Amino acid sequence: MKRTSQTAVPARSRRNDLIEGMRDGIPIALGYFAVSFTFGMAAARDGIGAFWSAFISMTCVTSAGQFAGLSVIAAGGGFLELALTQLVINLRYLLMSFSLSAKISGKQGSDPEGSQFQCSKPHGLPRPSGGGSIGTAPRFLMAHGVTDEIYAISIARKNLSPQYTWGAMLVAIPGWTAGSFLGGFLGDLLPAFLLSAFGVAIYGMFLAIILPPAGKDRAILGVVLAAMAFRAVLTWTPVLKNISPGFAIIIVTVAVAAAAAWIAPRTEEETS
Amino acid sequence: MSTERLIICILVMAGTTYAIRVLPLVLFRREIKSPFVKSFLFYIPFACLAAMTFPEILTATDSYISAAIALIVASILAFWKRSLLTVALAACVTVLIVERILVFLPG
Repeated sequence: MKRTSQTAVPARSRRNDLIEGMRDGIPIALGYFAVSFTFGMAAARDGIGAFWSAFISMTCVTSAGQFAGLSVIAAGGGFLELALTQLVINLRYLLMSFSLSAKISGKQGSDPEGSQFQCSKPHGLPRPSGGGSIGTAPRFLMAHGVTDEIYAISIARKNLSPQYTWGAMLVAIPGWTAGSFLGGFLGDLLPAFLLSAFGVAIYGMFLAIILPPAGKDRAILGVVLAAMAFRAVLTWTPVLKNISPGFAIIIVTVAVAAAAAWIAPRTEEETS
Repeated sequence: MSTERLIICILVMAGTTYAIRVLPLVLFRREIKSPFVKSFLFYIPFACLAAMTFPEILTATDSYISAAIALIVASILAFWKRSLLTVALAACVTVLIVERILVFLPG
């Protein structure tokens, strides 16, 4: 947190954040569309129509969770089982929300991303809301957008503002919803080779986020390689491969990030 | 399946998922002091995204081969700091091309 302090960010910058979020949401929406198209197809096979699968996509916005939920619903599972499935598979969002919350809750007076939500004020005055620089309502709105991909571009953003995340949500969530709706309707009309190609869009984006910093920083490169290797072990080792994907991601993330924090702690400026 | 049951199922799914997302954002809002926790949170996105990318990308397309080549192309472009959209689209186009070529290969 050694940035020079800034005063209130003008409204134009907020609008720019929204537009930039929408722009960065386009590749996400493309990848989402392909994945949720297949969700709509799967839901139709289980007797859930296009309208309802679009409704599921709009309210849940979680690929692995929705596919798992679908199988529980189709198998006639109970509500508790349904809730537990979502909890385990989506527990990684808890970690993501923690890190997002820490990112937008900066130190008073020296936090550019927070300063836009209030007028500039003299240093040293306590903030009204327990140090949190961004109000509660924007947080409630942001929360719905905590998906792997929107989180990824939000956390990679310097001086993250809620507007940026909202912009990405405005493009990505309709893409996710429309994909399910059309998948339920059109099913097999879209050529398979196009669906196959769209399938890698999301991973290309992930790589574009994690690799540039990894090229400059050996600790980050180590984290990336270790996480991939650990995940590969959990995917291909006999017994261990029975761990569900959502849970495997949590184990790998916590273990690798904790090990890295212990072996190669960051200095103040880097973590702000 | 009745529509009532489906609606309750959807509410359970959506409610659980939203609760996971919203609680840390709303309840936890202060700056973190501990260097270990700050470092831990700093590394989380890299660990998490890496763990979600590999080896899952290998099964994202119709063939391991097209996915593996897309992985290599996307990695090179990402190291060259191309934009999100460029890297994502290049990966898609790679899959399209490689799968066209694979059709003509024997076996």
